[in-house]
Amino acid sequence: MHQINKLFGEKLHMVNIGVETFYQDMLSQKEAGTQDIEVIHVDWKPIAGGNKKLAGMLGMLK
Amino acid sequence: MTLGEKINAANAEALKRILGAQPTLIGVGTAGEDIPGMTKKTILHSGPPVTWENMCDPTKGAVIGALIYEGLAKTPEEAEALAASGEITFDPCHHHNAVGPMCGIVSYSMPVWKVVNKAYGNMAYCTFNEGLGKVLRFGAYDESVITRLHWLRNEFYPVIKEALEIRGEIDLKVLIAQELQMGDDGHNRNRAGTSLLIRELAPAIVKTHFDQDVKVRALEFLNSNDHTWLNLTMPACKCTMDAIEGIEYCSLVYTMCRNGTEFGVRVAGLPGQWFHYTSEKVEGLYFPGFTEADANRDVGDSCITETTGIGGFCMAAAPAIVKFVGGTVADSIKYSTEMYEITEGEGTAYQIPALGFRGSATGIDIRKVIETGIRPVINTGIACNRRGVGQVGAGVVHPPMECFEQAIEAFVAKYAEG
Repeated sequence: MHQINKLFGEKLHMVNIGVETFYQDMLSQKEAGTQDIEVIHVDWKPIAGGNKKLAGMLGMLK
Repeated sequence: MTLGEKINAANAEALKRILGAQPTLIGVGTAGEDIPGMTKKTILHSGPPVTWENMCDPTKGAVIGALIYEGLAKTPEEAEALAASGEITFDPCHHHNAVGPMCGIVSYSMPVWKVVNKAYGNMAYCTFNEGLGKVLRFGAYDESVITRLHWLRNEFYPVIKEALEIRGEIDLKVLIAQELQMGDDGHNRNRAGTSLLIRELAPAIVKTHFDQDVKVRALEFLNSNDHTWLNLTMPACKCTMDAIEGIEYCSLVYTMCRNGTEFGVRVAGLPGQWFHYTSEKVEGLYFPGFTEADANRDVGDSCITETTGIGGFCMAAAPAIVKFVGGTVADSIKYSTEMYEITEGEGTAYQIPALGFRGSATGIDIRKVIETGIRPVINTGIACNRRGVGQVGAGVVHPPMECFEQAIEAFVAKYAEG
């Protein structure tokens, strides 16, 4: 617990993976000055949108 | 070799053929004399196969117009009865080395541009673009439409035929490459391409033996319609993509098209098979007086341009297009950039200045579409859902994902399980 509290006392460097709205929210907090954070977004989605059948088919074409 | 390696090798070969294509305008002819498999009672339409009963209203209107134009019916009622009688053979343009914008109706005596892919010897055909407003391709068939079609056949066609005999063949690939440097995308914006075509043809038209007023009317018609060029980029792209049909193990798309009811996709390694699903409504801007309620579903063979890597894939080359289809210049760059995620490679001749002259995204791979969930982007006109009204707007649309899901399933069945 002590370590986590220490983390939030420092400037945060964040990597957002996947859902872009979380990134947008953090960015707006940074821009509003309510959070001292650096954030980048990684555009990532599960293969075939998470559809197991389609992902399995792609696997068969390797 | 693993299956994946075989597919990759086949796709590399397909990309080589696409980039090596040499689409060249060699003349004009008529559908009956030049398009394979035409009869006096054959009507070609855009998109995947569709029956008379399932055609959208504008396509039915265009069929009625074609039957009146051919003298097979005297009235719209007679034409409709004939179309429903079973006497008329309806077939996709794509089954006959042809393409048609919007409803894409082609009948026996219509004049056609003749384009050859000189690298592989295969042909493609497309009718003359009639202009905007009340035109057959949007399902209009009143007297003005039929009169224009007869003028195209009886006066414009002989002038262009003689002019091309004087001028000689025209390299369409060079002109498409140039128009992309001049603010066109090759699908919805054709102002530069049409201008370049006029530069090629005008001196030869002047040299023909026809009366001055006939030559002036031909030049004025070419000049009055920015989309004249669209009916040449389409067969240029058609003969480019047909060269990859039948490459075993190839997972690249060689056809995307819509008949106003359904969207159809074909894949090079699965030649002749249609993967089709209800086509979507286009998201876009409407002309004054029209709304989404007036819009037909996505229609036309013109997305053969996107299949080849221009059109929507080159939206960043045509910033002015966003004023027409909606969105921002940044959107156009995003659209073009995103397409690299789902394609085999990049163009060599077709380049986008705003992306540092990067070659356009080329060769849609069904594996990448399924993997990323990114669908090809198409910018397109919006047809009215009532015959005879014409274009009501323009916008951006995508093929239904179901087409690609069906395709990957068939591909796995043939190559992984077969």
